[in-house]
Amino acid sequence: MSLRLVSAALLCVAVTVALAWAVLDRPLPEENLPDRVAAAMPESGVDHPVTAVLLNFRSYDTLLEIAVLLLAVVVALALREAQPDQPEAMGLDNPLLRAVMAWLLPLILIVAGFLLWAGSYQPGGAFQAGSVLAAAGVLLRLAGVTTAWLDNATLMRAGLALGLLTFLGVGLLVMIPGAPFLTYPLEYAGTLILVIELTLTLSIGLTLISLFRLTPPYADDPDEAREQAGKTP
Amino acid sequence: MPWLDLLLGLTLVVTAGLALAARDLFRAVVMFIVFGLLMALAWVRLHAPDIALAEAAIGAGLTGVLLLDTLGYLRRPFGSRVDKPGKHQ
Amino acid sequence: MSGALVFAWSGVLLFGLGLFGFIAHRHLLRRLLAFNIMGSGSFLVLVGLAQDGRGVDPVPHAMVITGIVVAVASTALALVVFRRWYRASGRTDLPEDT
Repeated sequence: MSLRLVSAALLCVAVTVALAWAVLDRPLPEENLPDRVAAAMPESGVDHPVTAVLLNFRSYDTLLEIAVLLLAVVVALALREAQPDQPEAMGLDNPLLRAVMAWLLPLILIVAGFLLWAGSYQPGGAFQAGSVLAAAGVLLRLAGVTTAWLDNATLMRAGLALGLLTFLGVGLLVMIPGAPFLTYPLEYAGTLILVIELTLTLSIGLTLISLFRLTPPYADDPDEAREQAGKTP
Repeated sequence: MPWLDLLLGLTLVVTAGLALAARDLFRAVVMFIVFGLLMALAWVRLHAPDIALAEAAIGAGLTGVLLLDTLGYLRRPFGSRVDKPGKHQ
Repeated sequence: MSGALVFAWSGVLLFGLGLFGFIAHRHLLRRLLAFNIMGSGSFLVLVGLAQDGRGVDPVPHAMVITGIVVAVASTALALVVFRRWYRASGRTDLPEDT
C-alpha cells in the first residue's frame, strides 16, 4: 500500500520535473501563427479568428472532433442493456422548479442562439452554443419533463449524425469545382460556415444530452427499468 | 511580477489538490466544480474568452451535473429496491 | 515571468498532481476527476506556452475548445461505463487494482 503510494509519488515528481525541464528548455517558435492567422483572415469568411481557425483553417480537426463525439454516443448506445430509448422519469418533480424552468428554458435557448450567431464576429460559436443547448436538455431531464421529440429514437439519431454528415457533405461538395477537401470558395465561405455551425450546435447539444440520458437508470434491475419506461424494448 | 496570475495559478493547484485529497466524495466533486470555475477565470486572464465560455458551460456546469448525478446513483443502497421519488410513467 | 508563463507552470503542477491522483486513487470516480485535472493542466500548458511574450494566439485557443468538448464527452462516456460496472458488480473500483 505505502510502497505503491511512494512509487506513484516518485513517478509523478519525475514526470513533473521532466515537464518543467521541457517548459524551460523549449525551442523558440519558428512560425508566427497569430500573424499568419491575421493575414489569412480576409479569406476565411468570418470575422473572429478563433472561429476562422476552428471551421476554416483547421476544419479537419473539428471534423474529426465531431466524429469522436458521435463515436462516444454510439458506444453509449451499444452499452444499453434492456434500457429502452425512453429513459425513466427523474425524481425532482417540484412545482417551483417547473415554474422557474418555464422562464429559464426560453432564455437558455435564446442565449444558445446568440452564442451561435455571435461566433462569426466575437467570442462564441458552435461549441459554446451546443453546450448551452445541452444544459437545457439536462435541466429538462432533471426536472422530469418528458418531451416526445427527445424520446423519438429515429429523430434523435438523425440529429446526432446531422453535424458530421453536413460537415462531410460540405467538405465533399466543394471538391466538385476542383477545390481540395474542406476548402471553401471565398464568396460562399461565410454561409457555408454558418450552416456547418448550425448543424454542429444541434449535434453537439444532442450528443451531450443523450450521453446524459443513456446512463443506467436508478431502477435496480433491467426488468424494473423496462416496466418503468412503460414499453417493451 | 503578475501577482494576480500567480494567486490564481496557486489557487488552481490548491483547489485541484483539495479535490483529489478530499475524503468525502461529495466534497471532492464540489471542489472539482470550483476548480472548473477557476479555470474559466484563468482563461479570461489568458485573453481567451472563447475558452472561458466553453469552460464555464462545460467544465463547471455539465461535468458537475454529470458527476453529481452519478454520486446520487452511488449513494442509493445497492441491491435493494428503493422507492423512487419520481412518478412512474 | 509573464502572466501566460505563470499559467503554463500551474499547468505543469496540475498535470503532475492529476497523474498522482490517477495512480493513487482506486475509486473510479476519483480517477475520473484526476484525469480531468490532468487534461486541464495540459490545456493550460498549451495556451500558456504559446502566448508567453507573444500575445494572443487563436490557434491553441481553437485546439483547447475542441479539447474541452472531447473531454466532457469522454467523461460522460466514462460515467456511463462506470455506472454499468457498478450496476453489474456493485463495486466502485477494479478488481485488478487490489
